[in-house]
Amino acid sequence: MLTRRVIPCLDTRDGRVVKGVSFQALRDAGAPAERARRYEEDGADEIVLLDVTATTDRRAHALATVRAVREVLGIPLTVGGGVRTVEDAAALLGAGADKVAVNTAAMQTPDLLTELATRFGQQCITLSVDASARPDGEGWSVVIRAGTEWTDRGAVDWAVEGARLGAGEILLTSVDRDGTLAGYDLALTAAVARAVRVPVVASGGARGADDLVAALRAGADGALAASIFHDGVCSVQDIKQRMAEAGLEVRP
Amino acid sequence: MPNETLAVIDTGSANLASVLGAVRRLGVAVASTRDPDVVRRADRVVLPGVGAFGNVMQRLAGGGLVDATRERVESGRPLLAVCLGLQVLATDSEESPGVAGLGVLRARVCRFPDTVPVPQLGWNLVEPVPGSALVQPGYAYFANAYHLGGAADGWVAAWATHGVRFVAALERGPQLACQFHPELSGAWGAALLRRWMDAC
Repeated sequence: MLTRRVIPCLDTRDGRVVKGVSFQALRDAGAPAERARRYEEDGADEIVLLDVTATTDRRAHALATVRAVREVLGIPLTVGGGVRTVEDAAALLGAGADKVAVNTAAMQTPDLLTELATRFGQQCITLSVDASARPDGEGWSVVIRAGTEWTDRGAVDWAVEGARLGAGEILLTSVDRDGTLAGYDLALTAAVARAVRVPVVASGGARGADDLVAALRAGADGALAASIFHDGVCSVQDIKQRMAEAGLEVRP
Repeated sequence: MPNETLAVIDTGSANLASVLGAVRRLGVAVASTRDPDVVRRADRVVLPGVGAFGNVMQRLAGGGLVDATRERVESGRPLLAVCLGLQVLATDSEESPGVAGLGVLRARVCRFPDTVPVPQLGWNLVEPVPGSALVQPGYAYFANAYHLGGAADGWVAAWATHGVRFVAALERGPQLACQFHPELSGAWGAALLRRWMDAC
């Protein structure tokens, strides 16, 4: 049986791991390669590397960071942040990414997903969907440009469309919860997981092992977290033990 | 292992950096190649592949590598095929109708059923049958929407389950074909690569 994934996320800027609340107020949390390697040894199933400032800054992703992480990492590496073209994706994959995550550019040019999937394969392409609850309580809207620009597009609807166009995975982040330690948005996670056939990774708001277990029970195939790992709140092994106790398939 | 060569066939696939990195971590010098003579003569050859079945076959054909790769497999000389590298050894694939594979495995490549998440992305339990020399039980990382439809004569299989029971790996002496990615399967994958190198 396929196991559920625990995925530490390294939000990076200028070659350093940073983490902020709702994408803002970034603080330093060390060198990415060293952290990635430590998380692999702790049992992480995958590492996600997101350059959180890339989209706003309009600058190329730090390929050197990807190369440095790849050199020491023996598990899958997903890289996102500022991917706008097939060439951007090719450069990241060439540097050692196994999957690329696209966000803002896919909203602006949905055909990009199809181009990427045709060139690199569906399993290489992660659609990163940043979602925020609508003020009227009617579902969730997609937010782009590193969480700064609200759109009229429904998040569930966009996830379905993205998978149809070629995304092989949905990385679903609640920008309302991101960095807040308020727990994942489980209603959002369940709604998207029900709507698509591709795997869904829940992100945004984990404060402890129980939150990851809850997201996986809500239908996510993987759960992503950053602060709780960087701050030593819990280890990957702590979480996996809790997952096993909850009856979820887990890689020891 | 000084002076021994390990050549990775450049199939234009996106996981080349991961394969090269994993082999380098084992302390072996490695280079990618599109030279049919190197594919025939190198001490060890890796056939990687991600993307689509048709694209990889087109890339092999474009480089005049189809015959050299097929001869390499049929000769029984050391070979590691990864993911689509395994699939193109088959006769054909539901992914790219009308495109012939290398045909050294008499089996078709099929899509996973509608009852499970597709693509399969993540770690799954690999269970070798008795008689496996290289593959041991353990968790491996998979990233595939298609799988080999059945085992092939003369090869020892390892199995995994995702909606259906499917071929996770095939081995035959110093030849190993993996549906999973040993280069991304952590310590378990590194140990498997080590055993394959030692068997060559």
